Amino acid sequence: MVRVDGRSDANSLIQIRGLDKTYRRGDEEIHVLQGLNLDVDRGEFVAFMGPSGSGKTTLLNLLGGLDVPSRGSITVDRDEITHMSGHKLTEWRARHVGFIFQMYNLIPVLTAFQNVELPLLLTKLSKSERRQHVETALAVVGLSDRMKHYPRQLSGGQEQRVAIARAIVADPTFLLCDEPTGDLDRKSADEILGLLTQFSKDYAKTILMVTHDPLAAERAQATLQLNKGVLVEGFRSAIGSRE
Amino acid sequence: MKFVPLILANLFRKKLRTTLTIGSFAVALFLFGLLAVVRGAFNQGIDVAGSDRLVIVNKVSIIQPLPFSYRDQILRIPGVKAITFDCWFGGVYQDERNFIPQFAIDTQNQRTVFSELIVPDDQWKAFLEDREGAIAGANTAKRFGWKVGDRIPIKGTIYQGTWEFNLRGIYTGERPSDDRTQFWFHYGYLDERRQFGKGEVGWYTVRVDNPDDSPRIAKAIDSEFANSPYETKTDTEKAFATSFVKQAGNIGFLIRAIGGVVFFTLLLVTGNTMAIAVRERTGELAVLKAVGFTDRFVLLLVLGESLVISAVGGVIGLTLSKLFTLSGDPTRGLLPFFYLPTSSILMGLGVAVAVGILAGILPATSAMRLRVVDALRKV
Repeated sequence: MVRVDGRSDANSLIQIRGLDKTYRRGDEEIHVLQGLNLDVDRGEFVAFMGPSGSGKTTLLNLLGGLDVPSRGSITVDRDEITHMSGHKLTEWRARHVGFIFQMYNLIPVLTAFQNVELPLLLTKLSKSERRQHVETALAVVGLSDRMKHYPRQLSGGQEQRVAIARAIVADPTFLLCDEPTGDLDRKSADEILGLLTQFSKDYAKTILMVTHDPLAAERAQATLQLNKGVLVEGFRSAIGSRE
Repeated sequence: MKFVPLILANLFRKKLRTTLTIGSFAVALFLFGLLAVVRGAFNQGIDVAGSDRLVIVNKVSIIQPLPFSYRDQILRIPGVKAITFDCWFGGVYQDERNFIPQFAIDTQNQRTVFSELIVPDDQWKAFLEDREGAIAGANTAKRFGWKVGDRIPIKGTIYQGTWEFNLRGIYTGERPSDDRTQFWFHYGYLDERRQFGKGEVGWYTVRVDNPDDSPRIAKAIDSEFANSPYETKTDTEKAFATSFVKQAGNIGFLIRAIGGVVFFTLLLVTGNTMAIAVRERTGELAVLKAVGFTDRFVLLLVLGESLVISAVGGVIGLTLSKLFTLSGDPTRGLLPFFYLPTSSILMGLGVAVAVGILAGILPATSAMRLRVVDALRKV
């Protein structure tokens, strides 16, 4: 279930209450998010849509612990992250969040294998255990034969698949995707969306995705519209819904 | 260890830039090594000076002589354990460029006062038995290919004529820093043949019972000969060596100044390189932080890269300078102590690491403070 009315639900994986984010530009205050409420259950695939500047990416950054709200609270799996220190938040991020960016953001001097291995370097896994995890993640995204390739040797779609493997390799609680298909052609975009749908359906992975693309949003189980910092419920997809 | 590939991968991102920066370190540390060698060559006398030795010279100047008769008077002063003397000969072997320090020595007491310079007993015995005998330092013997038994002609510049010596022994030193370039022969041989200055010596060196008594003994010696035609000036061997070095100018200051400028320039060059390297991958550092790497890790990552560059460059530069010194003194005797000691190598490595840290600290701090949200917006 995805709700934006702020009614309490103890089962929600993600719970946002009265979230405000305000920036200052000179003397002017810009209210990016205003009193936002959201509940997302485990395993949901949610798309956020809205015009540029509506606060989609800001919401994603706040959910990922990359930014702090001006007011309100974010609770993930019963951990309230809004009051965590920077160091604790970083550790929390490593354990719970998998990021997928529009521009893939792979490290160009590392191979696909090494890029995917990065989050695991922060764990206590042995070298062989890390190898096993990385190989599995790359197999899931269909790039077992590209492990030793550098990002420059891969197509855009393949790069994004490596980025997805990096995001899932440590088995995070949820995935945050910021325009994951924004830089891809239709075919590659469909492949990426297919993978995300698969994670949601087969592995019950919670996915929150920002997109401008209505076709991408259709893959999600629920679409929420952000407009001038206010969240309104959109529609539940017939394609993405498991019901 | 698992993060090493990450550091190395970043270093090899711009191979030419990394190579040039490592090259800058290597050149600077090579220069550091050579400066340390030159400084060591000038300060050798200071470094190896015995704490229980005093040097007595003519108060007017070291080139003015002292009477041989002073020896017994000095020996009677309480606290003086042993005494010996030397005379500067100033001859030339074959060619004027072949400079070696030659001394007419007091054969009775040389080994008592300068016990760190070692001559095998049988060679010393052969030397004592031959009035034209001589002993050469191991480095000098090696330089000219001399062997015990060789006949060595030295052309006098102060005392005219060609003086021929029989090489009876080769001395070495207890420590690597001991001077192995001297050439010794009998004072008696010099005094017998020379046309002037008979009964005079160049300077005395005494060994004292207790180094703590040195100031009192020095004062007592100088008082003994005050108001005489040959007044003395007595100093510890270290002070004597220091004043001798100062005659050539403030070498230490000159070397420190050159070294300081080189390392300051290196600091700017490396700091700039690291700053560019960090600026170029702001987005990547932000991604590392986003996936859970801490601010401290990012700081250490950048510092680690800077340290690897400085350490690799430092090791290359110091190795090259060490290899350079192994080929011997390139000045044909002006710098007889041409040696890069381990202490200087360690100091060079320390300086390289310090410059590496200083050069990396600002870029590393800016990487640490990087806000993920701001950095990702720029990607």
